[in-house]
Amino acid sequence: MQHTGVSAADETRYDDAVVKLFTIATITWAVVGMLVGVWIALEIAWWPANLGLPWTTFGRLRPLHTNAVIFAFGGNICFAGIYYSMQRLLKTRMFHDTLSRLHFWGWQLIIVCAAITLPLGLTQSKEYAELIWPIDLLITVVWVIFAINFFGTIAIRKVQHLYVAIWFYMSFVITIAVLHIVNSLAVPASFTRSYPIYAGMTDALVQWWYGHNAVGFFLTTPFLGMMYYFLPRIAERPVYSYRLSIVHFWALVFLYIWAGPHHLLYSSLPEWAQTLGMVFSIVLIAPSWGGMLNGLLTLRGAWDRVRTDPILKFLVVAVSFYGMSTFEGPMMSIRAVNSLSHFTNWTIGHVHSGALGWNGMITFGILYWLVPKLWKRKELAHPGWATTHFWLATTGIVLYTVSMWAAGLTEGLEWRAYDDAGQLKYPNFVDIVHQLAPFYWLRLTGGLMYLTGVIMMAVNLTQTINGSAPARLPATLATTS
Amino acid sequence: MSDSNERGYTAAHRILEGKSAVFAVLVTVAILIGGIVEIVPLFSSTLGPEHLAGVTPYSPLEVAGRDIYIREGCYLCHSQMIRPLRAEVMRYGEWTRAGEYAYDHPFLLGSRRLGPDLQRVGGKYPDAWHYEHMRDPRSTSPGSVMPTYAWLHTATYDPADIQASMRALQKVGVPYSDAEIAGAPAAAQTEAEAIVGRLASQNVTAEPSREIIALIAYLQRLGMDGRAALAAQKPAEAP
Repeated sequence: MQHTGVSAADETRYDDAVVKLFTIATITWAVVGMLVGVWIALEIAWWPANLGLPWTTFGRLRPLHTNAVIFAFGGNICFAGIYYSMQRLLKTRMFHDTLSRLHFWGWQLIIVCAAITLPLGLTQSKEYAELIWPIDLLITVVWVIFAINFFGTIAIRKVQHLYVAIWFYMSFVITIAVLHIVNSLAVPASFTRSYPIYAGMTDALVQWWYGHNAVGFFLTTPFLGMMYYFLPRIAERPVYSYRLSIVHFWALVFLYIWAGPHHLLYSSLPEWAQTLGMVFSIVLIAPSWGGMLNGLLTLRGAWDRVRTDPILKFLVVAVSFYGMSTFEGPMMSIRAVNSLSHFTNWTIGHVHSGALGWNGMITFGILYWLVPKLWKRKELAHPGWATTHFWLATTGIVLYTVSMWAAGLTEGLEWRAYDDAGQLKYPNFVDIVHQLAPFYWLRLTGGLMYLTGVIMMAVNLTQTINGSAPARLPATLATTS
Repeated sequence: MSDSNERGYTAAHRILEGKSAVFAVLVTVAILIGGIVEIVPLFSSTLGPEHLAGVTPYSPLEVAGRDIYIREGCYLCHSQMIRPLRAEVMRYGEWTRAGEYAYDHPFLLGSRRLGPDLQRVGGKYPDAWHYEHMRDPRSTSPGSVMPTYAWLHTATYDPADIQASMRALQKVGVPYSDAEIAGAPAAAQTEAEAIVGRLASQNVTAEPSREIIALIAYLQRLGMDGRAALAAQKPAEAP
């Protein structure tokens, strides 16, 4: 682990201005994306919240929520983390400042286009790939800009060996390009409408090869890369095992891509493809837990600080949730379990233990550490709020996942419940929907708590940036590291 | 991270970390294998999805209805995939065969059932039921949590859009003839008038140009080809 603290030379050597932009965008889109999430959670608990308007129905806002959280919130923190860490790991400024700016503004333009088109009902319908073809083209252009900037920076690096974080970033840049292009191939019928070149089950498999690996290579590998950079720096401990990082990296990037068909178990996808998806999903536990263990064991000798430091609290819980959801996912990929869990709220709970627990918590930890560093503040405007945020978020996630497990098991079991005569016990679907209402309200409460924490963070970080608690690092401190 | 006692694969990997281009190529190879092995065989007739004789492409009005179904995100709460499980077959009907999706661009299997599966909803309810259900879901399904879709009863679909859609679908492999595409607006009109006629017999007055009519056409088509094809496959079992 190279140590590159804040030194006076860094300010000119590294382009931190673009990191600041991505950081501000992360905070902004976090509030927007999760607010929409809470809104659609309310719509499920209380249908009049759809407002009777086309633009605000669940069917149109749900893609807005998923896109905002994955690509706006998740994407921006990945870019902030990558731009911050790779310059320091490679001891060079980014390849080209203009490309960095084009990447930033291009990505925000994509997000704004998404926020306009999705409520209008302009969609390609593929989950997490809903955006219409002109926006898909824009994504391709921006991704190429990012890739040139990324590999250009690697080419001009002043450190010979690529650190493990860079390996993970590299898999992110390459794989997302491949997934996006293959899954988005379509023939336009108009400027806003197109039809994929694949049909039926083939289209379904291509989509879930994409969809599952959007989780794998957008919400996992760049975040693992950030874990490998930020966790050792924040905990001030070296990474636990270099060997483990090699083994779990290659195993993860090779195995992840096979697991897509677990989204199509018991469908009419050919049996061999379903079995491959299930087997590789189960094997995937090993490299996933390799990453979790390497993260948690990096904290050896620093556990006493977890008691007092909210940033480490966020990171520990994030890595723990990563471990939990990468255990739960393979379990749900077993056909017998999937026959119960598929199509139910259990899946929603699973996704959110990953998104809120892993992606959200590690992002908050990084932001609380990064913002004072970037803006050269001695501490957060409200240091105590970070701890409050941590407990709100953790309690919120527990309420969310537990209520969705309960809802998922309830509906899954009742869909297949028989009476004494061997007939369906609940032949009327709505009767089952009714029983889920308390769980939906509980989930909404969890989501609201999580959102409240995020709003507290946004206020806290904004005031930190604005210097409500002004204090530049003393010159002596700033130059030693 | 700078272990001095590196040996075996860690030493080899240390060398690889210095060669960024080779590293990037190896990552690319690693992530391509799984996708190639799983996706490419689906285009073969033996390893790919099974065919089902008797499944035909959507009619012009059904194409318009399917576009509305996609626009409103119906697939986010309703699946179109009946699993080969006893309870599913009892609740929804014959489990879905791959061949039934032959002309589905995009696929609309769904991933979640906030509402019931719609794979075989075609013919299950009269047209008037759907008409009222979209206007106020609770009027036909008490306690439903579905939003109201009243704007479908006032908005109109564009026959030129149907032609553009069919032309694009033709390019991705749906066997529409040029004559069918040319005659699509007239065909859609005929279909719509038939639905309006059926609605009238169920005491509902409606305009043929409205989006709700196209959506009803699509919903009433769902699962019908498959049902007919599967029934034809096993005449011996009929009583």
